[in-house]
Amino acid sequence: MSFRPAKVLINGLLVCVTAVSLLPLLWMLSVSFMPKEAAAGFPPPFLALRPTLENYRRLFVYAGMARYLLHSVLVASVVTLISLWFNVTAGYAFAKLRFAGRDRIFHMLLGALVIPSQVTMIPLFIMLKWMGLVNAYAGAMAPMLAGVFGIFLVRQYARTLPDELLEAARIDGAGEMRIFARIVLPLLKPIIVTLAVFTFLASWNDFMWPLIVLTGQDHYTLPVALAALSREHTQDSPMMMAGSVVTVLPVLLLFLALQRYYIQGLLAGSVKG
Amino acid sequence: MSKGYAAWLFVLPALIVLFLFFLLPVLAGFALSLTDFDLYALADIHNLRFTGLHNYLILLHRPLFWAALGHTLYFVAAGVPLSITASLGTALLLNSKLAWCKSFFRTALFAPVVTTLVAVALIWRYLFNTRHGLINYLFSLPGIHPVNWLGDPRWAMPTIILFAVWKNFGYNMVIFLAGLQTIPEELYEAARMDGASAFSQFRHITLPLLKPTLLLVVILTMSGYFQLFSEPYVITEGGPLQSTVSVLYLMYRDAFKWWELGLASAEAFVLFLLMFGVTAVFLRLVRRGGER
Repeated sequence: MSFRPAKVLINGLLVCVTAVSLLPLLWMLSVSFMPKEAAAGFPPPFLALRPTLENYRRLFVYAGMARYLLHSVLVASVVTLISLWFNVTAGYAFAKLRFAGRDRIFHMLLGALVIPSQVTMIPLFIMLKWMGLVNAYAGAMAPMLAGVFGIFLVRQYARTLPDELLEAARIDGAGEMRIFARIVLPLLKPIIVTLAVFTFLASWNDFMWPLIVLTGQDHYTLPVALAALSREHTQDSPMMMAGSVVTVLPVLLLFLALQRYYIQGLLAGSVKG
Repeated sequence: MSKGYAAWLFVLPALIVLFLFFLLPVLAGFALSLTDFDLYALADIHNLRFTGLHNYLILLHRPLFWAALGHTLYFVAAGVPLSITASLGTALLLNSKLAWCKSFFRTALFAPVVTTLVAVALIWRYLFNTRHGLINYLFSLPGIHPVNWLGDPRWAMPTIILFAVWKNFGYNMVIFLAGLQTIPEELYEAARMDGASAFSQFRHITLPLLKPTLLLVVILTMSGYFQLFSEPYVITEGGPLQSTVSVLYLMYRDAFKWWELGLASAEAFVLFLLMFGVTAVFLRLVRRGGER
């Protein structure tokens, strides 16, 4: 039977690529528990034989990691909540309500997707400086409070809701707000979860804009703080790995918990072409 | 309350945000690129002068800008094909009927995508450390001399490309996997009956039917890779000898280190035009290829 070698080959290859994918992450975890001296040796050790929490202690006690963690949680949560509100209502309106110029506006928004956001960063910085929002959480959040991708995702999903349902409610005399809150929102729940995961991860992992707008370390989010710390402590790999663990773990766990929603959103967003 | 009025209440918050924090800055950015906006203008707007296309002319004569363009194109030209090959390869493996525990493999292969770039870039910096990095240790086993990955201008960019491929391939893998699952199994069965090899099945069934997905993936990946910034910022700080300075890295440095905000805006727009142009040329080539 010629089946067996093919089976071994395919699964063997899968194991190899998976190892390449995961080993750096596992090594990060392992090194984060090593004493500083052990990690600087050559050959570098694979496993923390005498695991220690010293790196985490230094990170939180001396490098102020708790503060940055708090900032990241705060920024990502507020961004997620507000942008969900804005994107979900807009996506629903573009799908189901009629107003002048609806389709034209929507197509303009889609067209704007070709413009990379970095083009906006310098003028946005100047604008926010005038508004006093540089080095403030509001400045870091502002450009993420609504997004074409989110609106698109919700619109696609909301289009599948039956019109009869909404019409029946209107005939019963329900106002648009009530229809939205009572009928539409519960039906949109899956796409709302998807969008929430997407937005939270994007905001948590965002680097370039917070780096620009959060000019002082009293407002740093985790990625910005981590980049700054890594320039100060170039030789202190275990502490940096501990910092990486603290940064990566929350989003990795969130992804594992809500993986199905995340993948659905990714696929829904990629068939727009 | 009328329906039209309610509709505006629903769309306006998002539209206002997009107008204020996206559309307006795009227009302002272009206007800015036509001025000499610098630290003095930031302090007092009266110091601002309109300089027309002067910034763009400066860029034309600036070797570092050309170098940054070259590095960015290098990253795109090598990174995109590698990344897509890795994605397609793993998607084919996962789609095979012979693969075990697919959902475990899929999740594991996707994991790097959701991780925070800065954090995993730090792992990379440690892995590729010349003196005590794991990679040089593995190389030393068969007796290869240590490579100065991040300190040698020839190796720094390839290391960053490897990192980007590792970090990103899972994303397109999932898209390819969905595309592969729409291809009817009967086509492969018929091909097998005709004695087609695995390779010719891939060549004549999988690839043509996957073409729309492939097209989309190439365009999205290209536009993502043109925006190279965080990798060199964290891993190499643009070095060694500026060999990993990308256009956005240069823009960041010119704008927020030297406060040449007008000039940096021009750099951002050149990158945007370049992305737009490359995508347009690519689409054109594909369409022409399709007609033949």
